[in-house]
Amino acid sequence: MDLQTLTYLFVGTTFSIYIAIAIWARAGSTKDFYVAGGGVHPVANGMATAADWMSAASFISMAGMISFMGYGGSVFLMGWTGGFVLLAMLLAPYLRKYGKFTVPEFIGDRYYSKTARVVAVICLIICSVTYVIGQMKGIGVAFSRFLEVEYTTGLLIGMCIVFFYSVLGGMKGITYTQIAQFCVLILAYTIPAIFISLNLTGNPLPQLGLGSTMNGSETYLLDRLDQVVMDLGFNQYTTDVRLSGINMFAYTMSLMIGTAGLPHVIIRFFTVPKVRDARSSAGWALVFIAILYTTAPAVAAMARLNLIDTIEPTKGEYLVYDERPQWFKNWETTGLLQFEDKNADGRIQYSNDAASNEMVKVDNDIMVLANPEIAKLPNWVIALVAAGGLAAALSTAAGLLLAIASSISHDLLKGMIAPNITEKQELNASRIAMAFAIAGAGYLGYNPPDFAAGTVALAFGLAASSIFPALMMGIFSKTINREGAIAGMIAGIGVTLFYVFQHKGIMFVASTAFLGDMEPNWFLGIEPNAFGVVGGVVNFSVAIVVSRLTGAVPAKVQELVEHIRIPMGASTAQDH
Amino acid sequence: MSQMTDEQIKAYWSRNVSLMVKLLAVWFVVSFGFGIILVDVLNQFQIGGYKLGFWFAQQGSIYCFVVLIFVYTSRMAALDREFNVEED
Repeated sequence: MDLQTLTYLFVGTTFSIYIAIAIWARAGSTKDFYVAGGGVHPVANGMATAADWMSAASFISMAGMISFMGYGGSVFLMGWTGGFVLLAMLLAPYLRKYGKFTVPEFIGDRYYSKTARVVAVICLIICSVTYVIGQMKGIGVAFSRFLEVEYTTGLLIGMCIVFFYSVLGGMKGITYTQIAQFCVLILAYTIPAIFISLNLTGNPLPQLGLGSTMNGSETYLLDRLDQVVMDLGFNQYTTDVRLSGINMFAYTMSLMIGTAGLPHVIIRFFTVPKVRDARSSAGWALVFIAILYTTAPAVAAMARLNLIDTIEPTKGEYLVYDERPQWFKNWETTGLLQFEDKNADGRIQYSNDAASNEMVKVDNDIMVLANPEIAKLPNWVIALVAAGGLAAALSTAAGLLLAIASSISHDLLKGMIAPNITEKQELNASRIAMAFAIAGAGYLGYNPPDFAAGTVALAFGLAASSIFPALMMGIFSKTINREGAIAGMIAGIGVTLFYVFQHKGIMFVASTAFLGDMEPNWFLGIEPNAFGVVGGVVNFSVAIVVSRLTGAVPAKVQELVEHIRIPMGASTAQDH
Repeated sequence: MSQMTDEQIKAYWSRNVSLMVKLLAVWFVVSFGFGIILVDVLNQFQIGGYKLGFWFAQQGSIYCFVVLIFVYTSRMAALDREFNVEED
């Protein structure tokens, strides 16, 4: 069968499965809609969390970024996994014990303040909306490349699928589709990696293959990669530091605490039956995530090697442009790969020297998407990668949209504007909010604002500097009060946004970059994407100082803190 | 919770916090310590084709994270039993 037919077959089959699950898992109550009835098995929730967490960025972009950053790319590997340790120990069990439906709801109750709740809703919506735009773009790109339909058509198909299962089933439908999506995406990621590892090293496990010798040689794969990239004028792959040690430290820490503070991940832990399930479920989630995250560095290194070997099969002998393989032509048409014959010899010279390098554009995303083609794998593997990329984008989009919809219907509508609505009305309202969220996300995906490029990093920065500290202090301190928490969140976000916008312009409109005379990364050499940790420290400090200067926390709230620290009695706390 | 005395509540919480602090120290050492701060020192050693510091940054730290969460889960389950604060 040709690639096109196979791709339609794979994508069509997976989509039918998602729809079948949606029909089976309809939500009958607000509890079903917000937390899937609260009865999800911890391993099942771990799998759903893994799919919820691993977005188009993890699936498509991450290995490509590591591929070109080498050792420096470790910040993503450690940052996006280490956050789960924080989640398991600092947040998930206690928020599960508290037993409500949304993250702002906890902040509102713990800081006995509707203002705090509104600030949390605003943080949540900014984080989640910026993040969801990236998923929508991923869906559009995957459709247009693999199914050769218009970007807009692809986007609409994706929106319809998400609409179907998230509006019907809420968290319940999303949970079970995410489990299916995890299976699709992990197969799609690991199967090509196993093939490539076998090809290059003879070892079927990519995690071991990366540390093995090349097939038919005594040279280690990483040593050879170090050698070839240095021959081309790049830094040594295994030691290429991202800006500086301090920057890598800050970047990793920002991603970790940002991960732990992302609402769409936290609410997944509200769906398990018990506090101890919340702990173990975080562990299972990380097991499933680690399968992809320990494979990614192998994919990154091997793809880089394969790419260079394709362009320069033997040293000094460059590929003739007219003899370039089919995948090269396919990706040229998408604009993600560009060649410019600077010395007009009809051959492709690739190096780190801007003047003579003829591969003028090699987009990060190609490294995963084109990897199976570069490694000459069978068509069904390529079709599987398309289905996997879509599964990753759809599962994360659905989780984010639920976080947005529930904060609108539960925190804003039921919590403030109309507290007297019945459960049935609230359920309908949450469905309508979900439909609007999907439409809004689709519009932003179709018409991405200028700031779309920098947005995922912004989401982590905001979560790290606002939501994570507020939640952690709410659990671990009985002295942080309303004034402290609100001032801390605003100061944390303010500092982070200030640094990001100062570099990249207000809402990423470059012309508005103020204070342009300051050198880039002026604060300790930290890049804007890595600044969330500084915002987090500011949040903690401001909250502590302001709380000292203002009143004590009411006794009733202190009792609440005591209550959430002890697992016993969770079921009674769940009453609404 | 009513049958727990204030001392028991305090003891349970401080045991939890001290376990957490120990495990987070390991979390810090394997990632920020071995993967970033000490990476050049560890890179003088090899495991297979991996430089050791590079291995911690791209593989080892992730395996440690998984182990840490399960150690926390099982130790906390034991602590819950000891203080009789399990949910059922």
